[in-house]
Parts: sequence; structure tokens; C-alpha cells
Amino acid sequence: MEYFTPLSAALGGLLIGLAATLMLWTNGRITGISGIVSGVLIPSKTDTAWRSYFLAGLVLGPIAYTTVSGQGLTIVTQASPLLSVVAGLAVGVGTRLGSGCTSGHGICGIARFSKRSFLATAVFMLTAMITVYITRHLVGGP
Amino acid sequence: MEDANSTRSSEINVRGLTWVFLSGLLFGLGLTISGMINPAKVIGFLDVAGNWDPSLALVMASGLAVTVPAFHFILKQQRPLFEAKFFLPGKADIDPQLIGGAVLFGVGWGLAGLCPGPALAGITSLDSSVLSFVAAMFAGMLLHYFLLEPRD
Repeated sequence: MEYFTPLSAALGGLLIGLAATLMLWTNGRITGISGIVSGVLIPSKTDTAWRSYFLAGLVLGPIAYTTVSGQGLTIVTQASPLLSVVAGLAVGVGTRLGSGCTSGHGICGIARFSKRSFLATAVFMLTAMITVYITRHLVGGP
Repeated sequence: MEDANSTRSSEINVRGLTWVFLSGLLFGLGLTISGMINPAKVIGFLDVAGNWDPSLALVMASGLAVTVPAFHFILKQQRPLFEAKFFLPGKADIDPQLIGGAVLFGVGWGLAGLCPGPALAGITSLDSSVLSFVAAMFAGMLLHYFLLEPRD
């Protein structure tokens, strides 16, 4: 567990929880990133204003952090661009089919004690762990 | 689920949108500070058989420590501050789409270490894998909309 960063994890989680709380309290919506993004992407859907404002904040968050702290952003990707395309397609289709992702099901759905969200979170966590086990330990690095 | 949201968007006022922007900003900050914006760290959590990094579990637990009591309190109110009502997912039953979707999402998450929030928050890094992932994710969402989403 040498990579465990409990303080920053707890603080970051707190901010994410506060973000979802603000959204529900002021705007009455669930902070589900996959739903928010697809709502902007798909032309026939309405409610693009608040979704765009949220996404603008989401993209500016890391920039605000690097500006204020003076530290760079640590983003280390191990998947090649090609593998990333496969992964992105699976995440795009999967989150729409399954009505949510880590934020919508994992943070907001569980907080509402939604049976669907408990199950979805357990399934995608387990599947992701199995996938990493296969790519890291059975067939070597990605 | 979010389809239920499509009403009266024009009525949301500027004050409401400011809070929504702030929510996004806090979310992006939270992903950055927690390290969840970094796919290598996420994979470190998913790799239970390797040098396991439990950070992501703590991020979720810490987030839920806020949302569980806060949602309980907020949903007891008549309405949110700047909207006429709450917009909550209507589906309650477990269907094959939920399980199939979660499996597909889990595979993609495990392959790249990216899920929608961190991927979008990370686009300004201009990392080619993050950008490829986001472009493909958009394509996947559109693919689902045009080919798989049931029409009324």
C-alpha cells in the first residue's frame, strides 16, 4: 500500500460530495457525469444550459488547481491511444445502457439508497478489477 | 434516467447556473486533489492483486459521507432552491440493460483507468490517450442513442 494517499483522497472525496450536494440542493439534479455529457451531445435533448455550465466548471477545476497550487497535473496513461479508443467506446455505450457511471451511481445513486445504483456500482467495480487482473497479470501490460 | 430532466430549462436563472458552475468546479478540483484524474492511480486501486492503492475507496467513502446525509436532508425539502422540482431517475427495477451496461463500462474503465468525470476533467492535459478516450466515449454515447435507445 505504498501508493495510498489517505489525506488527499479524503479531501478530494469531500469536495466531490459537496459538488453533488450543491447540484441537488440548488438545481435539483443528480450529478451523473455520463448523463450530463450525453445530454449536451445528443441534439434532440434539452437542458443544455445547466449541463454546459457544469462541464465548464469540471474542465476548469484542474486548471484552477494548477494555477493556485503551482503544481502540475499528474496524468499518467498506460493505455495506448488505440486501446483508449476501445475503452472509450465501451464506456460511452456502457454508461448509457447502464444509466450512469461512477458519479451518478457510485456517489449519488448510493446516497439515495437506489437498488439499481448499488448493483451497478458493484458490477462495474468488479468487472473493472477483473479486467485489470487480466491485462496486468494474465496477458502482461497493456 | 436523465431524460426526465428535459423540462423548462429556460426558467433556470443566472443565480442557479452560477451554483451549477461552482458544483462543476468543485467536482473537478475534487478529482484533481484526490488523484482520481490520474488513470495510473485509478488502475492502482483496481489492481487488487498487485501493489494495491485503496485511495479510490476512500474518495468514494468520503464523498458518500457528505452525500448520504445531505441528500437525505435536501430531498425532504419541497423543492430545490432554483428549480420547481427535483429531477430524479425514475427507473427502479433491475433490467438486463443495467447489468450489461455496467459490465461494459467496467471493462472500459479497467482497460484505460478512465471513467467519464476524470476523462473530461483531464482533457486540458492534451494527453493523446485521454483525448482518444473522450472522442471514442462521445462516439459510444451517440452510437447508443442512434442504435440502441428505445424510441417512444
